[in-house]
Amino acid sequence: MSSVTVPSRRSGSTTAGRRLKWWQQLVLQAICLFIAATVLFPVLWIVSMSLDPRNISRPTELNLIPPGASFQAYLQVLDRPTANPVTFTELAFNSLRLAGGVSAFALLIGVSAAYAFSRFKFPGRQFMMIAVLAITVLPSVATIAPLFALLNSVRISSAIMSIVLIIAGLMLLGLTIFAVAPAIRMGSAGPGNYFFGAVGLAISFGLIFSGLTPPRSEVFVLRNSLLGVGIAMVSGALPFAIWNLKGYLDTIPKELEEAAIIDGASPNQVFFQIVLPLATPALAVTGFLGFTGGWTEFFLSWQFLTDPKDFTLAMSLYNMTGQYAGQIPWSRFAAFSILLSLPVAIVYLLLQRYIIGGLTLGGVKG
Amino acid sequence: MATTNPELTSQPVRVPRSALSEGWKQLRTPLIYLLPALIIMMLITFYPLAFQVWMSFTDYGVIKEEGKQTLNPFGPNGTTPPNYRPAQYVGFRNYLDIVTNNPQFVARLGGNFDFWRLLAFNLWWTFSNVGFHVALGVIIAVLLNVEGLWGRKIYRAIYILPMVLPNIVVATVWRNMFDDQYGSINQLINLLITPFGFDPVQIRWFNQIQDPIPGIGLPLSYYAMLIANIWLGWPFMTIVATGALQSIPKEMYEAASIDGATGLQQFWRITLPLLRPAMVPAAMVGIVTTFNLFHVIYFMSGGGPLGRTEIMVTQAFKLINVNQLYGVAAAFSVIIALVLIPIFLITNKISRATESYDV
Repeated sequence: MSSVTVPSRRSGSTTAGRRLKWWQQLVLQAICLFIAATVLFPVLWIVSMSLDPRNISRPTELNLIPPGASFQAYLQVLDRPTANPVTFTELAFNSLRLAGGVSAFALLIGVSAAYAFSRFKFPGRQFMMIAVLAITVLPSVATIAPLFALLNSVRISSAIMSIVLIIAGLMLLGLTIFAVAPAIRMGSAGPGNYFFGAVGLAISFGLIFSGLTPPRSEVFVLRNSLLGVGIAMVSGALPFAIWNLKGYLDTIPKELEEAAIIDGASPNQVFFQIVLPLATPALAVTGFLGFTGGWTEFFLSWQFLTDPKDFTLAMSLYNMTGQYAGQIPWSRFAAFSILLSLPVAIVYLLLQRYIIGGLTLGGVKG
Repeated sequence: MATTNPELTSQPVRVPRSALSEGWKQLRTPLIYLLPALIIMMLITFYPLAFQVWMSFTDYGVIKEEGKQTLNPFGPNGTTPPNYRPAQYVGFRNYLDIVTNNPQFVARLGGNFDFWRLLAFNLWWTFSNVGFHVALGVIIAVLLNVEGLWGRKIYRAIYILPMVLPNIVVATVWRNMFDDQYGSINQLINLLITPFGFDPVQIRWFNQIQDPIPGIGLPLSYYAMLIANIWLGWPFMTIVATGALQSIPKEMYEAASIDGATGLQQFWRITLPLLRPAMVPAAMVGIVTTFNLFHVIYFMSGGGPLGRTEIMVTQAFKLINVNQLYGVAAAFSVIIALVLIPIFLITNKISRATESYDV
């Protein structure tokens, strides 16, 4: 036991540096356990239901570990979660492409804008910043109508679309190499550069890959595609990314950059070789928040997409809930929601420290 | 080189130039960095918003009375479908229909639409939720900050769970938990009351029409969603409050207790005032988030019963998804923006978020 330097004579629950009386400890423990129970109740309920092997359509009693617990529901969900003829893997791949593409794109474009807002003074800066911030306040549901109408009017032949995708992929590939290679060659690359490069490469290959897959129909309707949903999502995710990153960049001291400039570094060198490596945690967090947004995005994809091959995990979750569930057993719903949450929950816990710092700092104090 | 960064330009280098070229020089480097985001936002953020304002003055969407639609001019083989006609300008009709609850318009939405009730519910939903979040968040943060409490780390780890799970999963799980036949909440209530001789109940959380507390015009589904959203929201406030609590110097409490202040006095006079600077911006973020909280409402009550727990964003979505009234939905979205602008300005003022960066 560590030595108590301050005599413990104070009463009240907010004072620090003292030992609790046994009854105080008892009362506080009871309260804490009660709160923990309320927090854990839904989680335990869903976990126990997902382990139920009896494939009963609805639960009729509460039990922590159902008799004969097994992972059967998980296997069924992985095979075919809903009435639509798509597997979990296909749904997850769609969600992954949507979430990964949106967050990576927003990050790539957002970080340079955030740098400009954070480090330069120029006419119109205040106005532009307010415009960006105002967009982050508007709910993205409120922009469905125009996005639907505008994206619905973009129709081109699928063959041309494939070519466009391949060219866009190649251009992005070149741009990424151009942006990242110098730092790597000079040996001054930090994790930020590698992250930036990896993200750029991933999108480029994703674009080229989708360009090479044979199209499903003759006319490509932008609205009725994951790309269209992605564009609609970027319209909200980009301002958020800019804002979040700007908040973080503001906290990085400028002395390092000033020293580099005195040594004759150009603004580009400062950005790629000093700011980006320092901003790695912010990039990871902003990317992750964008990813979570895309991974659980519901209303845009629900409104835009019609082909079950394009459906995402979040859309299927809605199909399995409440009165829409039809004949789908709740054990499968439970297994499905756990599978949907796990990836983001694990990453959240790993990045917890940075995310909370970012939420309270970038989002609020600016 | 250094001269392109205006903040770092040393003064003597400056050669007399025209004001225009001076402005351009200041703008050049930041513009290059801003350009990609600027172009993209112009195309997919600001242009659609402008388009939205135009749409709000038209009858864009499916016009049931005429059997026509304005959405899709593309028929098979490059022809125009016979039921297509271009959208027509209708002036302020959409706005007037919404704010005056035009009976014809309300009937078209199924008869449950009442704009002012909707707005009042949305505001009440927001403030009641954030009130609970902040109050619980602060109390629990103070509780966890008590020195000598066993298992603080374990509790902190457990209490973060609601933040970690995606909103959409939380909403659907709570929807099923409040299910009237198979939900765990009803089962839990029965488990607790049947030993005392009460009959098992089957509370219809989302469908019961009469209000549980007479005199307060809020349906039972509001309380169900309030419980779910409190569960979802307080951990964030606890984390913010914990951060602020740990920066309060212990000497303040020591000095206060030497002066004879009781624990409660210390809480009101020291803890709360010093938490305020952190909690006010967090509460503002909470207000904007909760005002626009689509998932909880849409996945839990779906706006029911009789559309009484609908909030602005779920109604806007239904105007498109169910009623296919794009013009009205656009007008509705403009109204949402008009409601949010004052909230945004207050947030901005309080958090001073767009102030320029000075060290």
